[in-house]
Amino acid sequence: MAQINFIQAINQALAEEMERDPLTFLMGEDVVLGAFGATKGLIDKFGAKRVRNTPISEAGFVGAAVGAAMAGTRPICEVEFAGFFYCACEQVCNQAAKLRYMSGGQATMPITFRAVFGAMGGAAAQHSETVYAQFLSVPGLKLVVPSGPSDMKGLLKTAIRDNNPVIVFEHGALGGLKEEVPAGEHLVPFGKAAVKREGSNVTLVAIGAMVQKAMKVAEKLERENISVEVIDPRTLIPLDENAILASVEKTNRIVIADEGHLRGGAAADIAAIVADKGFDFLDAPVRRVTSLDVPIPFSPPLEKAAIADEGRIEAAIRDVVGR
Amino acid sequence: MDISKDKLLEMYRTMQKIRHFESKARDLALAGEIPGFVHVSIGEEASAAGVCAALRKTDRITSTHRGHGHLIAKGGRLDKMMAEILGKRTGYCKGKGGSMHIVDYSLGILGANGIVGGGLPIATGSALGAVIAGKDDVTVGFFGDGASNEGTFHESLNLAAVWKLPVVFVCENNGFGEFTPMATVTSVKDIAIRAAAYGMPGQIVDGNDVIEVFQHTSAAVARARAGEGPTLLECKTYRWEGHVVGEQAFLGDGAYREKSEIEAWKLKCPLVRFEKWCVESGKISSAELKKIVADTEKEMEEAIAFARSSELPAASEVTDDVYA
Repeated sequence: MAQINFIQAINQALAEEMERDPLTFLMGEDVVLGAFGATKGLIDKFGAKRVRNTPISEAGFVGAAVGAAMAGTRPICEVEFAGFFYCACEQVCNQAAKLRYMSGGQATMPITFRAVFGAMGGAAAQHSETVYAQFLSVPGLKLVVPSGPSDMKGLLKTAIRDNNPVIVFEHGALGGLKEEVPAGEHLVPFGKAAVKREGSNVTLVAIGAMVQKAMKVAEKLERENISVEVIDPRTLIPLDENAILASVEKTNRIVIADEGHLRGGAAADIAAIVADKGFDFLDAPVRRVTSLDVPIPFSPPLEKAAIADEGRIEAAIRDVVGR
Repeated sequence: MDISKDKLLEMYRTMQKIRHFESKARDLALAGEIPGFVHVSIGEEASAAGVCAALRKTDRITSTHRGHGHLIAKGGRLDKMMAEILGKRTGYCKGKGGSMHIVDYSLGILGANGIVGGGLPIATGSALGAVIAGKDDVTVGFFGDGASNEGTFHESLNLAAVWKLPVVFVCENNGFGEFTPMATVTSVKDIAIRAAAYGMPGQIVDGNDVIEVFQHTSAAVARARAGEGPTLLECKTYRWEGHVVGEQAFLGDGAYREKSEIEAWKLKCPLVRFEKWCVESGKISSAELKKIVADTEKEMEEAIAFARSSELPAASEVTDDVYA
């Protein structure tokens, strides 16, 4: 297996899936140039008909992806930064997510949306937000948050083959992260969490870029004989509740680390599920480690203060294990 | 342009179906048989009928909240439509959509839409899908004067023009966005001139003249099918009924328009106008037209009977069809 980075994994998944299905095509802002690398070179392989630069018209081209899907094609639609989804929320939430249901099952909506999210160093609030929580309450969507190159490739390929609207959230700080990624057919199923590290004292659910931080904290605490089980849900809709609950049944404690905000966030959602369905397993309160409820600031020390980090994850774990 | 007798009869039958369906929908809504909001298009039949008569079965349309007429014109069945707006499981969407969301993919009806301007990017994308799939199907995006002030209108026209997509944007300008006169909220008198901003042809059409609508649409569809790009048509027409059925209950009469204005437009009824033209030109006899009216009345009665006798959905169906 070759070592490739997160961006290369995206590129590989796109190229393989576009090769596989001629009704798959790519549209979005600057996808021809592949400004950030993910779509680089695809224009040479697949031509201008299937690799299309859109105007900066998020509502227009996201809606066009909906129409193209209804016409029997399989669009991959890049919304450059996840914050730009706000310009297209009507088309994502009212059209893409609802048309299958409202049509009594007549519509299939095989759209993959890709968007970069998260704090990546001074991009400021409109380019750094973790927005997937906003879509958690929109039935009809599937939400994917890969934490590394191998999952990135496997989840993106699964997303493209899915017959529902899927949003793949790609953390902007993970671009250079490298690991071994299987060449060719490599599919990661939706709704199946990854146990990144087994442990017995506390369950640490980590989402997206938080998985890297969680693993560092787990390694550090192991030296003090605090055994941390790290779980990466990989997809938020569908969510592998069973994996999380089974882990809590074993460890009796849970910390959820997410870069989203505290109120109404993915961590809050998982905490509620555990409180609801796993209350009897718990020996300590459910703890959430999230970004502060402030817009993500620009200046480096402020950004660092706003985002959940290893120190806060560690503190939360020490708190629930009492050590 | 010579229009065949069959085509003329088809357009008249469509207009009669729309008039009958909308009148019954209004009556049933006022009688409390229909849940939710109902928007009818009485007075606007010619644009739906003329536009869709220029399409073939594999062509697609997107529609609006005032969409019954478009759906009927594209071949939608009255019984399944009526069942849907009565919330029955035999309806087009198994009772999940209702009046504003009727869909029939087998007929290329991508759906009415509850969001003003919501269908325009979808029409654009449907045309893009035809290009990607290598088919020469054309998509029509219906919208109203109100939607022409939505961002999606402008984004869609630009995108369709820059990619030369096979789409025809059809504005039915009925003079009002909900309860607000168009002139008070729109920077131009004619929506059609907005086409110039996007480098596409724009054409003002007498929206109450089904033949004129058919002719202009046929030209725009031919252009789209030939790969020459989109066209914007503006059908000038008028909404006899209110924005939403039952609005008199909270607005009273004459709240935002004069009765005389409505009466003046009723004199320009698209059905009466077509009937006169047919008989005077000798194209179609009065007896033939009357037979169509009688046939439509019967079909409408059957549709209502079907809808009324159909079952409501079971509560257990509520979670069906969220995901594929």
